[in-house]
Amino acid sequence: MMEKDVSFKATLGGAPPILASPLKRDLMGIYTLWQRDVIRLWRDRIRLVGSFIQPLLFLFILGSGLSPRMGAMGIMRSGGPLGYQGFLFPGIVAMSVLFTASFAGVAIVWDREVGFLKEVLVAPLSRTAVVLGKIFGGATNSVVQGSLILLLFPLFHLHISPERLILAFLVMILIGLTQTSVGVLLGVRMTSSQGFMVLMNFVILPLFFLSGALYPLDRLPGWLSVASRVDPLSYGVDLLRWDLVGVHYHSLWTDLSSLFVFMGIMGVLSVVLFNKTD
Amino acid sequence: MIEAINLKKVYRSRRGDRVAVDGISFSVREGEFFSFLGPNGAGKTTTIQMMVALLAPTSGEIIIDGLNVVTYPHQVRQRIGIIFQDPSLDDRLTAWENLEFHGRLYGIDSRTRDKRSNFLLDVMGISERRNDLVRTFSGGMKRRLEIARGLLHSPRLLILDEPTLGLDPHSRRSVWEYIHRVRRDVGMTVFLTTHYLEEADSSDRVAIMSSGKIVAQGTPDRLKKDLSSEMLSVETANPDALNAYLIAHYPSLQNQIRREGDGILLFPLPPGIDLSPWDLLRSIPLPIREASVRRPNLDDVFIYHTGSGLKNENADKRGER
Repeated sequence: MMEKDVSFKATLGGAPPILASPLKRDLMGIYTLWQRDVIRLWRDRIRLVGSFIQPLLFLFILGSGLSPRMGAMGIMRSGGPLGYQGFLFPGIVAMSVLFTASFAGVAIVWDREVGFLKEVLVAPLSRTAVVLGKIFGGATNSVVQGSLILLLFPLFHLHISPERLILAFLVMILIGLTQTSVGVLLGVRMTSSQGFMVLMNFVILPLFFLSGALYPLDRLPGWLSVASRVDPLSYGVDLLRWDLVGVHYHSLWTDLSSLFVFMGIMGVLSVVLFNKTD
Repeated sequence: MIEAINLKKVYRSRRGDRVAVDGISFSVREGEFFSFLGPNGAGKTTTIQMMVALLAPTSGEIIIDGLNVVTYPHQVRQRIGIIFQDPSLDDRLTAWENLEFHGRLYGIDSRTRDKRSNFLLDVMGISERRNDLVRTFSGGMKRRLEIARGLLHSPRLLILDEPTLGLDPHSRRSVWEYIHRVRRDVGMTVFLTTHYLEEADSSDRVAIMSSGKIVAQGTPDRLKKDLSSEMLSVETANPDALNAYLIAHYPSLQNQIRREGDGILLFPLPPGIDLSPWDLLRSIPLPIREASVRRPNLDDVFIYHTGSGLKNENADKRGER
């Protein structure tokens, strides 16, 4: 093994490569970290299937159980009344995006625990690139997850045109990026994944329950209405519901601008906080 | 290659400040093999973290290859290959992917990357496992892969933080074979921290760190000679009496007598006396069961300067893993 005709000197010798421009380096770094997350997702197909179960339970059991009562309330859309399962469907798509996106935060904590984060942190790469790579990777995973649920729409007697599906895909990207930023923001300072899981329960479930994924946002008690307004997911759910079943409670403009504003704030905070660590 | 000037790191917290590195200065020449020794918590890892710009020094500065680390962190990192104390591979990726991603993070073009990866995997003897997930690797193989990865971007300075911790003797030996070969062939500067003092024995120079300060610095030979020409080991039925006798007659031995095992005392030949070690032993009026004389090793130097042994800590550390 040691007697190779190629020597260390021939292979490793010479001056170190000239450093590419910071921007080029960071773009390559973001792409690399993103690709790593995608590869890991693909290797972890079991998890993908496993996280398929929960949304299905919501849709079939909760959806069927509440259907008679909620249906009687008469959720109206332009074409006529909308059944509860149809109402619930976009909310559950958003939920699966939310849950997977939050994993991006725990992924950072895992990387810290298994030591891989160090390898990334000593690379000639800005911390901003590290955070962005992680956000894009997590968002991709969450959109894949959400799409799998989305494609089940025929089971719920929904008719969605291909254009609407593409639009829904774009909305999921927006939700995915926003929620991954939230996850990363929480994960950046955490050192134990158990701690993160506990924290997540305090964050994800309220985000989900307040988002209007399960119930209409009109006629809410005052405090709930206020709380749902500061929940970024409620705008994502609203946008998705408008696109898929034609029901919405905010103007599209409010939805879009709120999502972008939340995403910007969370992203910037993650970067700032990550730059401060260690 | 490395120039540290009054380097200091203070961790500030509400419960009070803790000085991890207390104004150390050292310099490492190009191509030199330099070892940092010290018990846990002496500040070795903190020093390394400042060298790779993971931590900013509280004061003082550190210059690597002519570049100030604080001002040019990325340029410095490009020149450094680092093997961390704890594992740092992505074990859900294959060996090849770990190398590929590293190469990309360091901006190496794909042709060079492939050529070097092939070569390094081959040299490290993990070529046929290149497409296996790292989680299926043994500890020794992971370490060799980490070394391959650390060398991939052709660093000028290789930092090894306890590179053989937790490895079996065979793996340790092979890891060192590779490191020495790189040094010989490429003339790479190597900065090592270790608990295994025999590993530091082959280094050009050694610095001993204790409680954030460098307490001794020099070639291993120099440090051993400075300690003493000979080390005496005496086994007796009554070590307390022997201890008292030695201190009474040779006051310079105060705090320098170590107990090893049952009734064995180990101490350097006191400086400035005319006796040969054997004459000194003969002059002891107490019954001696067994005695031996040997040259000092780095262990002795280390214990003399830090007042503590490494052996036990070593055992603890390995136990944790």
